[in-house]
Amino acid sequence: MNLFKSLKLTAALGTLAIATSAFAGTVSTDGSTSMEKVIGLLSESYHEAHPQTNVTYNPTGSGAGIAAALEGRCDIGLSSRDLKDKERQSLTGTVVALDGIAMVVNKDNAVSDLTVEQLTGVYTGKITNWKELGGADRPIVLIGREAGSGTRDGFESVTHTKDKCKYRQELTSTGDVITTVSTNVNAIGYASLSAVGKKVKPLTINGVHASEATILDGSYKLQRPFLMVTRKGQQLSPDAQDFMGYALSAEAKPLIEKAGVVPAAK
Amino acid sequence: MQADKKSLVSTEGIARSVLFALGILNIGFVLMICTYLVAAGLPGIIEIGFLDFTLGTEWASTASEPKFGILPFILTSIYGTAGAIVLGLPLGLFTAIFLARFAPRRLRLTLEPMVDLLAGIPSVVYGFVGMLVLVPAIQWAFSLPDGAGLLASIIVLAVMILPSIIKVSVNAIEAVPKEYELASLALGANEVETTFKVIVPAARSGIAAAVVLGVGRAIGEAMAVMMVSGNAANLPGLFESVRFLTTAVASEMSYSSGLQREALFSIALVLFCFIMAINAALNLCFKQGRK
Repeated sequence: MNLFKSLKLTAALGTLAIATSAFAGTVSTDGSTSMEKVIGLLSESYHEAHPQTNVTYNPTGSGAGIAAALEGRCDIGLSSRDLKDKERQSLTGTVVALDGIAMVVNKDNAVSDLTVEQLTGVYTGKITNWKELGGADRPIVLIGREAGSGTRDGFESVTHTKDKCKYRQELTSTGDVITTVSTNVNAIGYASLSAVGKKVKPLTINGVHASEATILDGSYKLQRPFLMVTRKGQQLSPDAQDFMGYALSAEAKPLIEKAGVVPAAK
Repeated sequence: MQADKKSLVSTEGIARSVLFALGILNIGFVLMICTYLVAAGLPGIIEIGFLDFTLGTEWASTASEPKFGILPFILTSIYGTAGAIVLGLPLGLFTAIFLARFAPRRLRLTLEPMVDLLAGIPSVVYGFVGMLVLVPAIQWAFSLPDGAGLLASIIVLAVMILPSIIKVSVNAIEAVPKEYELASLALGANEVETTFKVIVPAARSGIAAAVVLGVGRAIGEAMAVMMVSGNAANLPGLFESVRFLTTAVASEMSYSSGLQREALFSIALVLFCFIMAINAALNLCFKQGRK
């Protein structure tokens, strides 16, 4: 009887607004592939605490996730970039975590610090030799990610190099970027902070080392937010509301840290 | 007796209809893919404009003023495939001739499984080895800032198409009737003359088939070249970072939306047309060779 009732209710809601998920007890998320780890860990532990609720995740990319939230095809859209002004008119973005973007160079590269301005110059092709940055007399090889990648978008928006980057290589995964930089002494690349291993050397930016503390206090400039995107004036389903509350709670902090990003909740 | 015959007929009928259904299913798959590809690919081409799309030299799919010119990808795919054939065909063909005609039996028995093994290696492994070994090697050998590019892709593709070229060529050479060889030898030609002037020309349609397979594999390969080609949308140059038709689709598909996604399907459609055209052209050669 209860089930029947809830089915009826969802059917009714469904006709009112497509935004609410089709089944009670399901929270659908859709968007940024960079957020896969975070959402994976969060939904897993949330499901353990609330076995009746399933959190689904559709890895489509920030743009697609925002579109899905706007069109009501999911409960919560996921975006690893800030909302654009136009999107902000109808959507709300809640910061769940902050992701530091690390600049990496080959271990044999003498350069260890760059300013954001220098990075802009390097990636737009104004600075083409490591000599100009205090390194050896070698050409700079720019390694980036493919168009549409959240990391690329994050990097280009922070450095104001949108559509102006003169990439030598556009690779399709963070791992490829790290591998390429580790095999080429001329290369510089960007990657999620969590992905930087021991094979490459991370640069300090404006003299600030990338760390949780410097990202949270904003002194490390190369960072981007991980957002949960919801539609303005649209009541979330109770389950979705609860899941979002959980993601922002102190309880979820260790999980977000485990995913390699910095929790935004105090 | 009558009943027996009847049941026999019906089993045959069942077998026939099952096979017929499976055949139709197969054709159905091909038709479905074709229709889907055309349906998904055409809107993009129409919206961008056929000439702007195929002859445009700039690709900036996520720029604020997006540009969708795929000429660099088309040229890269053509150059890359041609380069792979130029490198791979002589290598593969001579290996095949050696295996089929000159190799001692024991050597052949060791070499053939190795060629099979080469065919079984997943393309991502080729890409990975290319990325770690070939790209730095090219960078070092030509003292370039970076080794990833068309040359690295051509070398990887050439190695990848070797097994199919070798296999098909060996079969083609062995299918040449023994009488041709005997006649040639009887006329006083030696082994090498017989091989190159009689056997190989007689096997040329099979060797053409090997080239078709090689071209097909080279032009359709995405994963391995994506890891060594650099993937920047430049017009092709031997040491330039380039993007193939396949990698253009594969690298952006996962994050794409809107017109960008439609354009990617359009690229797939162009690639599809290319493969059809190449197959048709080579089939034609094939038929003329037979006459």
